[in-house]
Amino acid sequence: MNIQEFITIFISAVFIYNVILSRFLGLCSFIAISKETKPALAMSSAVMFVIVMSSAITWFVYRFLLVPFNLTYLRTISFILVIATFVQFVEMVNRKISPQLYRAFGIYLPLITVNCAVLGVAVLNIDMFFANGKAVAGSFYYSVFQGVSVGLGYTLAMLLMSGIRERLELCNIPKALKDFPLAFIIAAILSLSFMGFSGFRF
Amino acid sequence: MEILFATIILGSLGLIFGVGLAIASKKLAVQIDPKLDQVQHLLPGANCGACGNPGCFGFAENLLAGKSTLESCRVCTEEAKEKIAGIMGLALEKQTKKIAALHCNGGRSIKDKYLYDGINDCISANLVLGGQKSCVFACLGFGTCLKACPFGAISMSEEALPVVDKIKCRSCNRCVLVCPKKLFSLVSVTYPVYVACSSHDFGKDVKNVCAVGCIACKLCERACKFDAIHVIDNLAVIDYHKCTSCKECVKVCPAKTISIRE
Repeated sequence: MNIQEFITIFISAVFIYNVILSRFLGLCSFIAISKETKPALAMSSAVMFVIVMSSAITWFVYRFLLVPFNLTYLRTISFILVIATFVQFVEMVNRKISPQLYRAFGIYLPLITVNCAVLGVAVLNIDMFFANGKAVAGSFYYSVFQGVSVGLGYTLAMLLMSGIRERLELCNIPKALKDFPLAFIIAAILSLSFMGFSGFRF
Repeated sequence: MEILFATIILGSLGLIFGVGLAIASKKLAVQIDPKLDQVQHLLPGANCGACGNPGCFGFAENLLAGKSTLESCRVCTEEAKEKIAGIMGLALEKQTKKIAALHCNGGRSIKDKYLYDGINDCISANLVLGGQKSCVFACLGFGTCLKACPFGAISMSEEALPVVDKIKCRSCNRCVLVCPKKLFSLVSVTYPVYVACSSHDFGKDVKNVCAVGCIACKLCERACKFDAIHVIDNLAVIDYHKCTSCKECVKVCPAKTISIRE
């Protein structure tokens, strides 16, 4: 475990393998909630929180339940279980503690349950930080940090997209391209530009 | 043996999470006013926004908070309103139902002044020299009101005129707002008499283009014993505060412009 490893994880998760623009995970929320910056940021923070927590929990489930009993093939289903439960729980706590935040999140929070970025990170952590069925030294910290980095990458993509779309609201756009068609085109161009990072090697 | 492990592990994982969530939902339960749910079920659910709230849920919330009055929902049926009033323990002011009336009776009898070959929509047609009809005030007959009606209360007659279904109409005001010719108005059901014309042209000009338009002859004005109908700006206008539905004006109207809704 060294600092170099963390920097690598950060740069590759945020830029080179950006969860939305390079890995193409979690596109539903990326298109749906990027019309304005404020809800986009709220969604990003919610996603980031869930990703970080689920990376931690799934690491424990994998390390102490699935690996010892040789059940690694149950990875997907048990991770889905963990994520769905966790999101439900967060929703309940949120509703109890802060109704205002609950209202602001609205439908976004349940949406995260089915956001494949969350599962994607959990699976990715296992692929990257478990070698030959054994946890790499410091793999728990790596997993959590990767969760944070992917969350930041998600936030970056959301911010870029919502900023552009907010500006486009003021432009005179052909009717046929309004809203989603143009959003797809922008997403494609953004994605292309992020592909430029794939030349980096660490 | 291995399948046993898999079942036990996954099963217990599911059980733990399930029980955990069940406990959490009990512990973290938020008290929601049960009235809110009941009221919302009784509301029409059209989310028309005529009451000024964002949808029926917003209306129910504001209603319970005392920020809105039950009367401001125009769509809700009287029975449902009585039930809601019962739930909330409020007295309900009785209101007479209003129904949209179309102030034009021209239809196909009015000739087109040019061949309109564009989008099948009154608003679009109205942009081209005020529509294809030779009477500038006439119903264009493309049925924009029909598409706008959230309750399916408007249908097109054979004369290409919109007909409002008395029972289905919930006086939400949509057709009044959407008509580019402003031909609709909401008239209380208790008054069957209405003027089926909106033309402010001189009588001669009206006669040239339409057989059923108001020619401002003022016969109705003289026939009315209650001073309820007046020709203003070449068009008969009924003052519903004074109208007693005696139907004298209907009898004398030479062009049968003043009509009765059945």
